[in-house]
Amino acid sequence: MPKEKASSYSVPKLGTFTGPTLDKAVAKLLAAVDAESKHLSQEREWKDFRDRWLSRNNGLLAQVNELWLKAAPKESKREVGQRVNELKKKVDYQIEDIRSRLVSRPSTGEEAGKSESDREMSKPAPDSRALDITLPGIERPLGAEHPVIKTMNEIVSVFRGLGYSVEEGPEIETDYYNFEALNFPPNHPARDTQDTLFIADQDHKPPRERLLLRTHTSPVQIRAMGKTKPPLRIVCPGKVHRNDAPDATHSPIFHQVEGLAVDTNITFSDLKGTLDYAMKTLFGSSVKTRFYPSFFPFTEPSADVQISCIFCNGAGRRDGAACRNCKASGWIELLGCGMVDPNVYSFVDYDATKVSGFAFGMGVERIAILKYGVGDIQMFFQGDVRFLQQFA
Amino acid sequence: MKISPQWLHDFVALEVDYPQLADDLTLTGLAVESIVGEGDSTVFEMEITTNRPDAMNHFGVARECSAIYRLPLRSHEPDLPPASNKANFSIDVEDPAGCARYTARVVHGTTVGVSSQLIATRLTTLGHRLINSAADASNYVLWEMGHPTHVFDLDLLEGSKIIVRRARVGETLKTLDGVDRKLSPHDLVIADAAKPVALAGVMGGFDTMITAKTKNILIEAASFDPVAVRNSSKRHGLHTDASHRFERGADFESTVLACNRVAELLLKSGGGELLGHPLDVISRRLDQAPVALRVSEVRRILGVPLESGEITDILQRLGFELMPEPGEEPEFTVHIPSWRLDVEREIDLVEELARLHGYDKFPKTIPAYSGAVIEQPGAEKDRKLRTCLLSLGYNEAISSTFVSHQDAADFSESSSLIELANPLTENASVMRPSLIPGMLGMLAHNLNRGNENVRLFEAGNVFEDSESPEQKKRICLGATGSAVSSSVNQPARPISFFDIKGDIETLLDYFKYDKLHYDQDASGYYAYGRAAKVVMDGVPVAQFGQIDSAVASRSKIRRDIFVGEIYLDRLYEHSVREIRYRPLPRFPSVERDFSFIFDDSVTFETISESISNLQLSELQSLVPVEIFRGGSVATGKYSILLRARFQSVARTLREEEVARWSAEIIDALQALGGKQRA
Repeated sequence: MPKEKASSYSVPKLGTFTGPTLDKAVAKLLAAVDAESKHLSQEREWKDFRDRWLSRNNGLLAQVNELWLKAAPKESKREVGQRVNELKKKVDYQIEDIRSRLVSRPSTGEEAGKSESDREMSKPAPDSRALDITLPGIERPLGAEHPVIKTMNEIVSVFRGLGYSVEEGPEIETDYYNFEALNFPPNHPARDTQDTLFIADQDHKPPRERLLLRTHTSPVQIRAMGKTKPPLRIVCPGKVHRNDAPDATHSPIFHQVEGLAVDTNITFSDLKGTLDYAMKTLFGSSVKTRFYPSFFPFTEPSADVQISCIFCNGAGRRDGAACRNCKASGWIELLGCGMVDPNVYSFVDYDATKVSGFAFGMGVERIAILKYGVGDIQMFFQGDVRFLQQFA
Repeated sequence: MKISPQWLHDFVALEVDYPQLADDLTLTGLAVESIVGEGDSTVFEMEITTNRPDAMNHFGVARECSAIYRLPLRSHEPDLPPASNKANFSIDVEDPAGCARYTARVVHGTTVGVSSQLIATRLTTLGHRLINSAADASNYVLWEMGHPTHVFDLDLLEGSKIIVRRARVGETLKTLDGVDRKLSPHDLVIADAAKPVALAGVMGGFDTMITAKTKNILIEAASFDPVAVRNSSKRHGLHTDASHRFERGADFESTVLACNRVAELLLKSGGGELLGHPLDVISRRLDQAPVALRVSEVRRILGVPLESGEITDILQRLGFELMPEPGEEPEFTVHIPSWRLDVEREIDLVEELARLHGYDKFPKTIPAYSGAVIEQPGAEKDRKLRTCLLSLGYNEAISSTFVSHQDAADFSESSSLIELANPLTENASVMRPSLIPGMLGMLAHNLNRGNENVRLFEAGNVFEDSESPEQKKRICLGATGSAVSSSVNQPARPISFFDIKGDIETLLDYFKYDKLHYDQDASGYYAYGRAAKVVMDGVPVAQFGQIDSAVASRSKIRRDIFVGEIYLDRLYEHSVREIRYRPLPRFPSVERDFSFIFDDSVTFETISESISNLQLSELQSLVPVEIFRGGSVATGKYSILLRARFQSVARTLREEEVARWSAEIIDALQALGGKQRA
């Protein structure tokens, strides 16, 4: 029987009650619990073991109470008490844990053996040697957010903070939503600026029902106004397509975020203030914005917005040379916007005499290129992990 | 569009330097993209928006300058000698819809030669090729004052007649570029008594063009219908400086001036005489209706009260005439100058006021809003899945929306694909019906560049059915290489089917469902027996597995690659699993192992179901710990070690009850044909 060996521990009397002495005594006791538990193989043995340690009568922990706590001088009582309490908890837990191990261990032989010994074997031998802590850690690699989607989400969240709800719409649109309802009349030259990709076999349909790939996310604005009465604030992120041969600065696929605010009192000043705030949030509070006239069929007055160059801080020169990012102008063109053209309201049954609003749109790739200094727009669409991991 | 700032001095006495001029023009709406060259050969590269054809010439830009700087505008009055006789020539506009006005003038006995130094320099500075003094004069006038004109060799026009009509079936025209064109009956043409001699507003005819031999010239300046010109231009793939302007609208009132200006230049360079007065046929007038402008509307849109005085001042500088209207509110009737075809409504005037007032002068305000932010229905699920994929180590990627016909056919279950009418290339001519071709392309891209360990995902739409196209959102994941890279701590382990399965399970675990079934029957592009269709409560929500090696090699991939596609439209029918707190177990759990030999046909799903049918409420889990084939295990069979864990929330389990449940499990496993190992 291993019992003799197991029982070899007895609670010592303590000469002094200093911290180090106590720690040593506690460690010795816990080691003894551990050592004794190793020899247990049956529930019956465990019960004896438990009684030896926990019995109220003269269990070893009861002795601890007598020999350590009660014997301690007044000034050490507090410290000794704390340790004894902790010790009791630990022993309690350990003994219950040993039991569950014993119970779950097959006791009837048949299914026994193999799995258990396997488990024992797979336990690594305890290694007390100091580790070379300078070896690399075991990494669990994280995936990286796509820079375009990350940027798109950042833009959206700026506007969410201003009360804009996210709206989405189909990538395959009708001529009506992509053009007509946005005040691009049929046969209007403004359509030429859109380099549209058309869906095949549409000639049998009325022109406004013919399908194409949306060239901007503006159709979402029409769809949103079509189903919601003002006031309305939406931001529409999404993928758009144009018939542009891919090269370093063009892609047939890109992303836009457009926004729309319609209410009874929206003015051109509101448009300026909103976009100025958004650009400062996205690019830093020192960024300035500049608005100048432009033309979009669905807004009037229309504007293009430039931000002061984020590379040369609007100086036009950097490191003694002309700034390449803004072509020395100090400004970078970033988005288009304007007050919603009253013709657009007529398509969605809004009363243009009562409401007013503004719309804006920006290319996400362009902003991501600026933010991260990416040299070639094609990088965004190749899935090259060396590229993507840079954004992790 | 190129504009020479030096040329502007013909019409307005500018005092600012070129960079300042460029900035001022840009800030009032005529964008100068860049300044090229120096001194007199300086050129502004301008981006004139489609609504401003009036500013697509030097006089137009000068007119804008005069409004910006409050400078007088010198308009050009051609200096013409008195006309002799009457031109024996007639004009017949048969198609008033296509041509509102046709003006012509005849110059007799002139000599065609080389253009004057001024004209030559100015046209070449703008990058134009010189042709001859007559053609150059027409071109020069276009760049000077914007109205396109054409010059015919009068002697080559048959029947002393110009007819503006639609082309007849079967008619052809050789245009100035030397191309023989079959005309459509929709094409608006200029014809003589016998044949078409010009494609109206687009390009003149080759056979009636001015040559060195030309003595007598007919000058044309017309007002053509923008849509007619645009259609012809598109039909024949001919975009010219003339069509560019007519499509956007030319000034109805300037045809006579344009004719006279060309005549002046012809007489100056080649002599000759002016025959008769301009022949001016107006088939219909293009009058712009006056527009009412309310000061209150200006304030409502712009947010800034512009005084009546400033309103009047700005609009007059731009050439508008204002008549104050009586009434309580200040209001004007505004007459629109004929060159401003873009101004038709009150809002158009508001824009004029805003841009001349200066966009930068408006204050910045942020409007108050009391509405709520409303979430898209799938937004939370999108976010959960995306975050999970990122933390599982998948990199977010975006691939092309377009695939080849071959890929579309290979990776689609449906026969109804959506094709593009004008694709960029054959390889990008069909809307993707699956995200897998794009994923294979991206995996191949990485492998070709030596990136061996790749994990990617893409969330995007797929498209099917061209009648009423359906856009469905999917997530595709792809992985190849090592699941664990080799290091001092552990050996490398290649990605396996079960890595992908684990990831899919983790993703699906966000959702609430009753039953998840993994079906062998996956699409043919997956390797047989290495892929699964995931059926959630009877509906397939995903497929995943190893890509068939033949399919992979078509993408030039020679490694094991694993791909999965999750059909979000179906998955999102399920709500997100609710998170509820359950008290932690207070009583110890008990484990029991069972070692069995089964036939290969008995799947783990079968085993797991038969045990769960026992409805042992204290059975917390049943996991396979070890599977072994070969050795003492007969072929077609496998040995499995199952571990059951029992636990009660109410008490410590007793030995007898655990033994009883174990016996039940053993019975169930034996019922499946399992043999318990000794």
